[in-house]
Amino acid sequence: MTTTRSRGWTIVVTAVLAIVAIYFLVPVYWVIVAATKSSGDLFTTPGFWFGRTMELWNNIVQVFTASDHIYLRWLLNSVIYAGVGALVATYLAAAGGYAIAKYEFRGRNLVFATVLGGVLVPSTATALPLFLLFSKLGLTNTYWGVLLPAMVSPFGLYLCRIYATATVEDSVLESGRLDGAGELRIFHSLVLRSMTPALVTVFLFQLVGIWNNFLLPLIMLADDKLYPITLGLNAWRSQVDRSPEFYPLTIGGLLVSVIPLAIAMVFLQRYWRGGLTDGSVKG
Amino acid sequence: MTTSETAVSTPVVAAPPTAPARRHRRMHVAAPWILLAPFLALFLLTVLGPVILAVVQSFTRINRAGLFGEKGVTSGFAGFDNYVQALSNGNFIQAIGRVLLFGIVQVPVMTVFATVLALLLESASARWPAFFRAAYFLPYGIPGVIATILWSFLYVPGLSPIIDVGKLVGLDIDFLGPNTVLWSIANIVTWTYTGYNMLVIIAQLKAIPSEIYEAARVDGASPLRIAASIQLPLIRPALVLSVVFSIIGTLQLFVEPMVLRTVAPAIVTEYTPNLSAYTNAFAYNDYGIASAEAVIIAVAAFVLSFGFLAWTNRKGRS
Repeated sequence: MTTTRSRGWTIVVTAVLAIVAIYFLVPVYWVIVAATKSSGDLFTTPGFWFGRTMELWNNIVQVFTASDHIYLRWLLNSVIYAGVGALVATYLAAAGGYAIAKYEFRGRNLVFATVLGGVLVPSTATALPLFLLFSKLGLTNTYWGVLLPAMVSPFGLYLCRIYATATVEDSVLESGRLDGAGELRIFHSLVLRSMTPALVTVFLFQLVGIWNNFLLPLIMLADDKLYPITLGLNAWRSQVDRSPEFYPLTIGGLLVSVIPLAIAMVFLQRYWRGGLTDGSVKG
Repeated sequence: MTTSETAVSTPVVAAPPTAPARRHRRMHVAAPWILLAPFLALFLLTVLGPVILAVVQSFTRINRAGLFGEKGVTSGFAGFDNYVQALSNGNFIQAIGRVLLFGIVQVPVMTVFATVLALLLESASARWPAFFRAAYFLPYGIPGVIATILWSFLYVPGLSPIIDVGKLVGLDIDFLGPNTVLWSIANIVTWTYTGYNMLVIIAQLKAIPSEIYEAARVDGASPLRIAASIQLPLIRPALVLSVVFSIIGTLQLFVEPMVLRTVAPAIVTEYTPNLSAYTNAFAYNDYGIASAEAVIIAVAAFVLSFGFLAWTNRKGRS
């Protein structure tokens, strides 16, 4: 009797989970289907099924060639902003977090408290004054305007400090010093390696954060050649009402930008599982 | 610098024993600052500096002489004028009320949704948990702008298959009307972040030792009973954390209404507090008011999240 009851449960639970999965996957399914249609079919054929002709290849070619290959440029910009920004941010957070974790020095607590305060400051509150500051320095409408703020991760420093305290052994540092290695050498050759798991988490969080950021590039950039992909697609989207040929462009552009991210996200799941709670559990 | 270091360390064997020790101590004083310096420089430039600037701006009045400021611009201390003006701006107050309403509904709905999904996926009854977990988490990888553009196509009459399906069953759905568009935004936010919150909760569930479950099963506890008296209390820290992050996120709502504005006339220029600050800064060029609004939003986020933390702490102790 218990087995029939538990089999019944399995069917009910799995059915509920499947219905929920439809909710999460429907927009992605729709964009795949819509990207195969001509702009006429988009409005005249049922949205959840394919159109009369198969236009996927045409649409994708259009996406990449429109306005002098601007889409490719946007993708490349996003890769530069997110890749370079996250790489530098991770390295700087590791150096700073390790310094606070493993050295006794005057001002240590003050520095850490200030940085921790920085974790809590909403990025939207700093975006406007950042623009004013950068326009005085002549950094607005340049790659640096988006890159420099992306290279700082107060949260990353916080995570690296916790991780370095827990995993970097004092004895390893001491033996490195006895071998005559300089302090920077010790950091680069011994510490960085043992901090790798935390570094991966910091890097991924920062990468996604920069890739998703909208407000900062929106404020900083005027030239559409410097746009990241998010800003570029928004520019296309806002033109569809005046010129319908932007519909297939925007939808195709959405598909191209979403698929790699979705795949990456599914494979990188395990790095997010701990992430934020790691800090609260260990700290 | 490296050359001088090696030059000093070569004769170490012959030198008196105090010399390397002294060098060692000197390096000890400098090393943490050298390691911290690049981070701190950028932190000062892009976080601390702008925060200070925002606070200063919020207390500054800018006077433009002449109709367009052509006779010179002067600035002076404004006291709390900008704050008074921001808080007596009906649109800004309405925007605050709107995001509070949004938060009161959306944050609990999403948190309960994420918790139920996590519990179901971790229950022995679920088939293919890895597939479902991946499917729910997938939207988190899609940037807010992209997700909003995507959903905006599913909201627009003529293009949206959801509206077409609604018509088939006799429902006339208007996703972008003045009374519904807030909940259409809530749907986008829920769609994006539920899977992430679910993963955080699952991580906490996996940390519960299996002996506890076995003991409960020996005592004859039902799955519901186990969820209510073992799992929920033990995942509380994760729940509290995800609620705090959701509160902060809600107060800063910007991207979704900003992008949806092109298709939804119901989204006015000061729809959310952040949109109001953005409009004041870039449409009206009034940085004083905009800075005051940004400071108010940040302080409200602090107060609400610390208030919530204090409240859960007291409840946890009693």
